[in-house]
Parts: sequence; structure tokens; C-alpha cells
Amino acid sequence: MTFNLPPGLALQKVDERIMTLNVGPQHPGSGHMRIIVQIDGDYIVACDPDPGYVHRGEEKMAEYRNYITNIPHLERPVIHDSCNVLYPYVLGAEELLGIEVPERAKYVRVIASELNRCIYIMYWLAIYGIFLGHSTMFMWPAGDRELLIDLMEKMTGARVTHAHFVPGGVRNDLPPNFEDVCLRQVNYFEKRIKEYAAVFYDNPILISRTRDTGILSRQDAIRYGTTGSVLRASGVDYDLRVKEPYDVYDELDVHTNVMKEGDSYARSRIPWLDMMESCNIIRQALQKMPKSGSVRVKLKPNPKTKGLESVYKRVESGRGSLGCYIVSDAKTEPYRVKLSVPSFRNLIALPNLLKGEKLGNMPSVYWSLNYWPVEADR
Amino acid sequence: MSTETENPSADAKPEIKTPPAKPAANKPEPTPVELPAFEKSISDKIVEKFGDKVEVAFVKEDRVRINVDKENVHDVAEFIRDGLNYDHVESVSGVDYPQDNEIEVVYHIGSYTDSSLARQILVLATRAPRETNPIPGNDATRLPTLRDVFYSVEFHEREVFEMFGVFFEGHPDNRRLLLPEDWADLPPLRKDFAIKGR
Repeated sequence: MTFNLPPGLALQKVDERIMTLNVGPQHPGSGHMRIIVQIDGDYIVACDPDPGYVHRGEEKMAEYRNYITNIPHLERPVIHDSCNVLYPYVLGAEELLGIEVPERAKYVRVIASELNRCIYIMYWLAIYGIFLGHSTMFMWPAGDRELLIDLMEKMTGARVTHAHFVPGGVRNDLPPNFEDVCLRQVNYFEKRIKEYAAVFYDNPILISRTRDTGILSRQDAIRYGTTGSVLRASGVDYDLRVKEPYDVYDELDVHTNVMKEGDSYARSRIPWLDMMESCNIIRQALQKMPKSGSVRVKLKPNPKTKGLESVYKRVESGRGSLGCYIVSDAKTEPYRVKLSVPSFRNLIALPNLLKGEKLGNMPSVYWSLNYWPVEADR
Repeated sequence: MSTETENPSADAKPEIKTPPAKPAANKPEPTPVELPAFEKSISDKIVEKFGDKVEVAFVKEDRVRINVDKENVHDVAEFIRDGLNYDHVESVSGVDYPQDNEIEVVYHIGSYTDSSLARQILVLATRAPRETNPIPGNDATRLPTLRDVFYSVEFHEREVFEMFGVFFEGHPDNRRLLLPEDWADLPPLRKDFAIKGR
């Protein structure tokens, strides 16, 4: 994008007008990644994301560990959404090992997964708030998130990295009286996040900064293969909990939030609506869950798969569809584990969204993509 | 190559690990009795169009896997997009098979626009020859890119390039993505790249 300024005001050659700017990897506004932007005055003309600063070789490590010992490290890419990032791996391992999961365990998984989704979104919302300069929106979600973290701590024993899902069910049964505490906390939580509308979502400053910035059309959202809130903010009704229900989601009533605008505001509002939907799902699951029964099928040590087989499972995580492709070859370790993560899939939209935007709009567009660098790098 | 993609690996595996050859052998030939009908119709359309250029590896519930050799992968992908309404690629995975001297690249293709395909994932697999001493970008480990068919593969193919050394011919931006610029070792997800101490 170049502009015709009067001679004397503008540099004559286009090359001399373009400035290359490194945003990140240490800059707090970019997360653990570098975005190389080329700017002409205030406007971004090109953008080249450079992830990889937190690449830890999770997929390589998974080839050296057996199906159970893979669990603690595979949740590391997104520690604050650790149940959902493990979910497709666990589903895949169950299919390969031929395990049938008890009914109660499926409900416990759904509750854990939805609580984790809220925990993730609250963290993301806090970051989104602070990078738009709205420090109340950093403090409130960071504080209210503790409610749910306490619940997860009661359920799993760990505050953040739960390692709760295992092939065959979940690690532990719910503690006594958990259902009542959970219901009370979730009801309060829902009431509380509704208050965010007044301070954040209806705030004219937020609206003026995010409305009509970084517009992703429906057609492009599909073509780029984006997922999760980015896709649904562009008007595509696609949620795996409805479209391809896993575990007991087909018995629950899940409503998909869709907005048509496709701008940063829509992308930031969808996760907030998702949290309310999660509260609904948790209440349904608590009601329908069998009150007693086993939550785990005990496996033999070092379980082996049947033969050369592959499986691709996917779940809806806090950021979108998360797939896990496992190839097994009748050994105790998987032959190959590939995580197809939503952050990595959404990243392709970033260069296209930033082109032509003002540099000052970069944080509002970039963080609205619900991007988590550590997950994209694996 | 593709007609024998599944079989050699299934036969080669049990040499490393001992007996269970039986379960591996019954995978490539699905019994036509209990195949899910809708998924079968998808694979039938592809077989009808391409005949013996494609090999249906399995038809399971919501998943259809097609093996194809690298000369035909671009044509098959175009048919999948235009003839079958699939519109995006979810995942591109490399899998290294040193015993076959090949690297497999697996595309998981889905659809947002066609609601009857919302549950479906079409798995398209192809294989490239594998170099024992690779020079990524300058050796025979090459495949045609699908970037012009499915825009969404752009970053995924860049990842496969750096992690397996598979060069995608025709890809507009064949650069490293996650690895450091000065990485001077084997592509790290190949089986012969060993983690220290393991």
C-alpha cells in the first residue's frame, strides 16, 4: 500500500519508504514468537510470522514413551487447557488399544474439559484485555479464573497441569460432595462473567478499537482452514461437539455461537459466549451423570496395540478443533504422534489479516486469533 | 509404488518386533460386508474416477483413507476439492518408514461447506523416496505441493519440509518455519535422528 504524497514530503523510491520491524520474540506484545512486519508509515504492507521459539519436540518425544507415560508431557503445549489438548490423544489411544470407557468417566471428562475450556478462555481474555491497555480486564478474569482452578484442583489434585485423562477413563473419581460445590461455583461464575459486558464488551473504546479491524470473510475463513472461534466469528457454524460428538456430547444439548462480522470484535466476543455455553453443558452433565460407578478401566502395564494401524481423532478445544494422528506398529510406544493444533492452523490467517491494517491495530488483531504460541510450536 | 504402499510396511514391521503379523495383515483389505455406506460411496466415487491409480486403504466410520502415488496426488486432490466438496486441510503429517526407504505424507482433509461431510475426514496419503543422507531441497525426496489446491496446507507443508526434508515442488515459500535458521543436522522427525541418551 503506497500513497501519493506531494514531492518533497515523500521519499521517491518505494523501497526506501518501507521499514522492516521485528515484533518479538521478547516483546511482550507478541507472545513467544516473532512477527516480521513491513510498514509504510503507519500501515502494514507485509507480515511474516516466525514461530518456533518454544518448539520442544513433543512429537519426537512421544515416539520414545509408551501410551501412558506420554500423557504428562503431551499436555505441556497448552498447560492452561491441558485436558482438551490430551483429549484426542486419549481417544485415539483408546481406539488403538481397544478400550471401552465407563459411562461415568465420560461425564467426568466432559465436565473437566468444559471447566478447562473456561480456564483457558479466561487466561486468554486477561491477555487480550491487557494488550489493549484495559487493565481491569486483566485483573478480573485472572481473579475469577481461580474459582475454576480451585474446582479442578479438587477434582484432579493439580491446579494447572492435571494429567487427568488416561486411556481407559480418568485418573481419579470425583471427591465427595463435588457436584454441589461445582454447581455453586459454576453458577456464580456465569453470573460474574455476564458483568464483563458492561466493563469490556459494551465499552465504546473496545468497540472502536476492534470493530472493522482485521476482517476475515467467510470464504477466506474456510479457504485458510481456520478453526474454533476464528471460524465461528466469520459465520461458519462448525463446532465438533455438535458436528462430530465424542464421548457423551451427543446426549447433551450444545448450542454453537456464531457471528457474521468476522472482525476482531466478533472474534473476541465468541469465546466469552462459549464460556456461558460451557456453564450450561457442565450443569447438564452434572445432572445426567451416573451417581456411582467405575471411572477407569485398569490397563495392563505397557499396553500394546494390535498392529500397523493409524487413527485420527479430534475434539473441540478452547481454541478450536484439535486433532491427533497416531500411527502404531504393535509396540508399546506409538510409531508417530502428530498433533494438528488450532493455533497453528489459525496462524495462516495472520499475514492476510494484518495487510493494510495500521500498526497500532496489530495487538487487537493478533490476539483476537486466539493464538497460543507454545501450542503452535509444540 | 502406491499399489504396494501398505503391504511392505506391514510385512516389514514384524521383522523388528516379533509375531503379530495377523492383525496388521487384515487392515488393507476391508471386508465389504460391514462397511459404512456413506463413507463407502465417497471412496467409490474416487475409485470410479481414478481406477487403479488409487488404493483404498480403509473405509471406517467417518474416515476414508486413500493411498496414491506422487504422480497422481495433485489430480486426486483437485477431484476431492471440486468433485467431492472438501474445502480445507486440517493436518499434514509426515511419517518416516526407513525400512521401505520412503517417507509418507498424510493429508487430513475436511469440509466446512458441505454439512453432510462435517463428520468426515478424508485421509490422502502419498509417499516420497527417502534419502539416507539427505540434503533437504536438493535431493530426490520431493513431492508436488497441494498449496494451489488447498490454500490451508501452506504452513503445514513448510513444517513437513523442515521436519522430514520433503521438498514440495511448486510451493511458493519453501522456508523453515519452526526450526532455527542455523539447524545443520538431519531433519529431526526422521527415525534416524535419535534423541541423545535414548
